[in-house]
Amino acid sequence: MSVFEGFKFRKVSSVIHNLDPRVKFFFVCILFVMAIMFNQFLALVVLFFIPLPFVFMARVNRQWLRSLRGAALLAVFIFATNFIFGYFYPSSSIPHVDGAIDTSMEYFALFERAAAMTLRFVVLIASFSVFFLTTSPDHLGLALQQSHVPYEFCFAFTTAVRFVPVLADEAQTIMDAQKARGLELESGNFIKRVRNYIPILIPLIVNAIRRSLELAEAMESRAWGASDKRTNLYKLNLKRADITMVLITVLMLIIALYIWLFIPVPSLTSLLFT
Amino acid sequence: MIEVKDLHFSYPTGLEALKGINLTVEDGEFLAIMGQNGAGKTTLVKHFNGLLKPTTGEVLVNGTSTQQISVAKLARNVGFVFQNPDHQLFSESVEDEIVFALKNFGFEGETIKKQVDWALNLLDIEQYRKTSPFMLSGGERKRVALASILAWDPQVIVMDEPTIGQDHQQKEKLQQFIIQLNAQKKTVVVVTHDVEFVAECNPHVILMSQGKILVSGKAEKVLTNPQLVAQASIVPPQITQIFLRLADLGLPTDVIDVHEATKILLEHLRRRK
Repeated sequence: MSVFEGFKFRKVSSVIHNLDPRVKFFFVCILFVMAIMFNQFLALVVLFFIPLPFVFMARVNRQWLRSLRGAALLAVFIFATNFIFGYFYPSSSIPHVDGAIDTSMEYFALFERAAAMTLRFVVLIASFSVFFLTTSPDHLGLALQQSHVPYEFCFAFTTAVRFVPVLADEAQTIMDAQKARGLELESGNFIKRVRNYIPILIPLIVNAIRRSLELAEAMESRAWGASDKRTNLYKLNLKRADITMVLITVLMLIIALYIWLFIPVPSLTSLLFT
Repeated sequence: MIEVKDLHFSYPTGLEALKGINLTVEDGEFLAIMGQNGAGKTTLVKHFNGLLKPTTGEVLVNGTSTQQISVAKLARNVGFVFQNPDHQLFSESVEDEIVFALKNFGFEGETIKKQVDWALNLLDIEQYRKTSPFMLSGGERKRVALASILAWDPQVIVMDEPTIGQDHQQKEKLQQFIIQLNAQKKTVVVVTHDVEFVAECNPHVILMSQGKILVSGKAEKVLTNPQLVAQASIVPPQITQIFLRLADLGLPTDVIDVHEATKILLEHLRRRK
């Protein structure tokens, strides 16, 4: 469950933690757009390093690394899928492919493409992890509300975010309970291993539904939706650090757009083999 | 036999939950582990079937270190009944729920049938054989969870808060049932806050606080010591509290059993006449 740990907010006072959540979300979204814009390995390596200064400034290095470690399995799966499919159905984006992959350069190009696709996923995890590690669900809800998103949606969103660690803990307990009844999650062939997760998923889903019904009742008994216009104790105001962060993000986007439109990013294969 | 030697355990968050636990649970012993929330009770018993592995120190089950054996293999000897039955129920019927573990342990057709019938009768849930566990009440679900563990007849049975959500009648049945299991030479370990339940069962008691064992001894000695139980954030049983307040009358203060208390009070009243 370490991947969830890497998204769990912890209260720390740092420049990044104190930034307006809307600004942080804007930054993460721009990083997301940039990761989609580029599919070259070298460009994605650069994108991977962009959140690093923010990770160090927020002092969440350990948790951030944990989120990456948790995503490692999925990353391996993405790499393997891209490599295997790229081998059997080579695309024109792999240089000098004439129907089959047989030279070392073509193998390297295939490897580079699979690595780039994996890195794109890692960049997304890395940037969203920084956001969730440094933004409390309450601030997130407040940001959405002040962006004029209807309160019902804000609440649903923040509740979902807040319950991720709870569900992760519960999933761990359910796994323990089933292991204590002799279930070996890692035994058997692929189909058996998938089937092994049924005793984990059913109690998890049933409990989540039960909890949501209880939460709805608890909220209604505390006058949920009684007044149309809700007031807020806190208000978000953009400070100098927020404006600086917005400017950095916009600058980043302009540079990325310029490179995307006018400067062809070389591939590692072309640098090594030509 | 379960031997715990200088057990230290820290969670990945850095929280040190157990700080040097030394303990031996003999075969056929009835042990109650008590203490405040966060004292490390559940963390300790999760080491008994290998769900948690020691950070330092050692836990031996029948002489084998839990580090060297999988949970599934340890579970064959150490059955663990979780606090919340909803963390394990997933099958379409109560019968399937009980069959699940038996299949995992490699039991064969006829034996499975025999063990399922035995467990259903033992927990008085035969009438729910074909019912979905999700349709049952909280107390009934708890009994299904317990039946699903007892079905493979483990030597050690660990129960985490077995009395939570049970009405008085069910609690009494559970108490009788645990005593019966213990009489059949099963080792029973119960983690609980329920001081009245422990007083009526009168097992060996371990009081825990902040990851350490405060005291270990017979229930009538441990639970009647107000200073010790206060350290573990529990209160003595009500019978004991009455006798502690009547100590000035020359009544004993180490009484936890209702029948014994009645006898002492009647004797005292007779003498005063």
